[in-house]
Amino acid sequence: MAGSYRLPDSRGRFGAYGGRYVPETLMEPLIELEEAYTRLRGDRTFREELEALLRDYAGRPTPLYFAERLTEKLGGAKIYLKREDLAFTGAHKINNALGQALLAKRMGKTRLVAETGAGQHGVATATVAARMGFRCAIYMGAEDMARQAVNVYRMRLLGAEVRRVDSGSKTLKDAINEALRDWATNVRDTHYLLGSAVGPHPYPMIVRDFQSVIGREIRAQILEKEGRLPDLVVACVGGGSNAIGTFYPFIEDRGVKLVGVEAGGEGLETGRHAASLAGGSPGILHGMYSYVMQDEHGQIKTTHSISAGLDYPGVGPEHAFLKESGRAEYVAVGDREALEAFLTLTRLEGIMPALEPAHAIAYVMEVAPTMRRDDIIVLTLSGRGDKDLDIVSQSIGGLF
Amino acid sequence: MSNISDLFRDSLASGRAALIGYLTAGDPGLDQTRMYAEALVEGGVDVLELGVPFSDPVADGVTIQASAQRALTSRTKLPDVLRLSSIIKKSLEAPVVILSYLNPIYRMGFRRFFEEASSSGVDGVVVPDLPVEESADFREEARRAGVDTIFLASPTTSDSRLDQILRASQGFVYLVSLLGVTGVRRELSPEASRLLERVRARRERPYLAVGFGVSSPEHVAALVKGGAEGVIVGSALVKIVEQNLSNPSKCSEQLQSFAAKLKEATKL
Repeated sequence: MAGSYRLPDSRGRFGAYGGRYVPETLMEPLIELEEAYTRLRGDRTFREELEALLRDYAGRPTPLYFAERLTEKLGGAKIYLKREDLAFTGAHKINNALGQALLAKRMGKTRLVAETGAGQHGVATATVAARMGFRCAIYMGAEDMARQAVNVYRMRLLGAEVRRVDSGSKTLKDAINEALRDWATNVRDTHYLLGSAVGPHPYPMIVRDFQSVIGREIRAQILEKEGRLPDLVVACVGGGSNAIGTFYPFIEDRGVKLVGVEAGGEGLETGRHAASLAGGSPGILHGMYSYVMQDEHGQIKTTHSISAGLDYPGVGPEHAFLKESGRAEYVAVGDREALEAFLTLTRLEGIMPALEPAHAIAYVMEVAPTMRRDDIIVLTLSGRGDKDLDIVSQSIGGLF
Repeated sequence: MSNISDLFRDSLASGRAALIGYLTAGDPGLDQTRMYAEALVEGGVDVLELGVPFSDPVADGVTIQASAQRALTSRTKLPDVLRLSSIIKKSLEAPVVILSYLNPIYRMGFRRFFEEASSSGVDGVVVPDLPVEESADFREEARRAGVDTIFLASPTTSDSRLDQILRASQGFVYLVSLLGVTGVRRELSPEASRLLERVRARRERPYLAVGFGVSSPEHVAALVKGGAEGVIVGSALVKIVEQNLSNPSKCSEQLQSFAAKLKEATKL
């Protein structure tokens, strides 16, 4: 399929998935956004401005780090970590936030709204709002505000208004609902800076494109270090933005296996998880047709994950397509395994990962020993773990 | 012509705009919703709009969100709402419109949904998160079953998309009076009259009704004066339900008298 992957199509579809299922008030703003993006992505000044910000402000390229001690300990494939935890503000979210904020500026918008789960996207959005002079409101579920209190404070210091969401499950899903409602109300001056590769077209495409800098850098860096492409590329999947940004530049390289790791929570069989692809079914949520966690009557289910950033009952439509086409594989890792992986990486490499990529690390710890020593794994370490120390200490604090 | 457009025609011929009243089915229980529907019709509501509760109602403000939550707590599902429609239809002549977000309908299957809706006496369906561009299969099944598809147009809708929406809407087109979500408002949005004028200027169009934020007899009178052929009142009715959760008979009385006041304001 070399050179043949051209999705989404003109209707915003990745195969059957994607599309645009939103209240009428948001239709024209989405069309306007799509047109602006289509015009600007080929615009040289826009690209140069974004590249300069990514380099000088966000600290890109982020390193591709050979995790020597983790590799030795597991005794199998060589493991490289793509250090998005070293990107400015501590996670990959800044890549998309900068891109969309520049876009919003060119569209003449003066205000940004965003949802946040773990708080990383909220912090990234509040940061670019400060940098570019936007007013900014961040919606965050009450439960997430409690478990990610440090990020709430960071957003407020940056001048953003953090709005508490008490509806539904009080997590990321409900924060997206509120952000959509805000956008519909303030659509003339506001850009909705959606943080994951979910939602109505064109968001899954825009977020993927802005996050693809991760995969493009991995490609160049691994070719330089190893002279060949990796055998396995792994990333965690909540909505799926760091994963799609990691996978996209490798989609046409059939020799590169792509694995997305979802949050298995307390186990798929318990129903208390957030693995939409592994444990959900096709449906419509937040403007997209994709895999969602729902009951037999189409009500969206409450999810559970120790990681706020993965605690979401839907997934980006391109992941649904990659799953069905067989190009990528999706697995689930539970809370406990993620915590163990968190501790392993911290003790072996001195790198404290966020709980989201800790899920991906747990998967790599499982498969690396089964692979050959000259095989290569690249794992996107999507963010750093500082924000999760409270949760970690509550969960494993008893060990010390 | 459908029951809904007949109703609009007759109502306008008798010098009134059509009054459409919304209740979330199952808030706080299906028996109450049946009682309240009767009270609304008794008070003068012409078309009953029954909401299917959904976990993620992105087009709704806090009042209807809370109402949906109560209905979900009482375990109201889409098949229950269809059953409620068939029960209501046995005693009332008012056309029934179902309002549902897309996922519950998708999950049931479009064909099965429209067949069951049709046999339950449902006259029309409104899906607030289904734009006309994504609606081909949906409309095909609605046509087979003889159920009206009612689409929404909003102040942000462009002229070219407005034409598509007007062509796809049967019974009436649902004009969103404001930028934002449903909910009680003190003032009518100035967007409402601009949208009304735009739609009235179209030669070929279905009847038009205005909803979102329509909260008082004064709002109704102003919209009718501005050319609305129908008005949709939702959150203001749901608020009455919310304020009388433990007293259904008082709730019925209040709904009926409020509906009568709204009806009074529909005079052309």
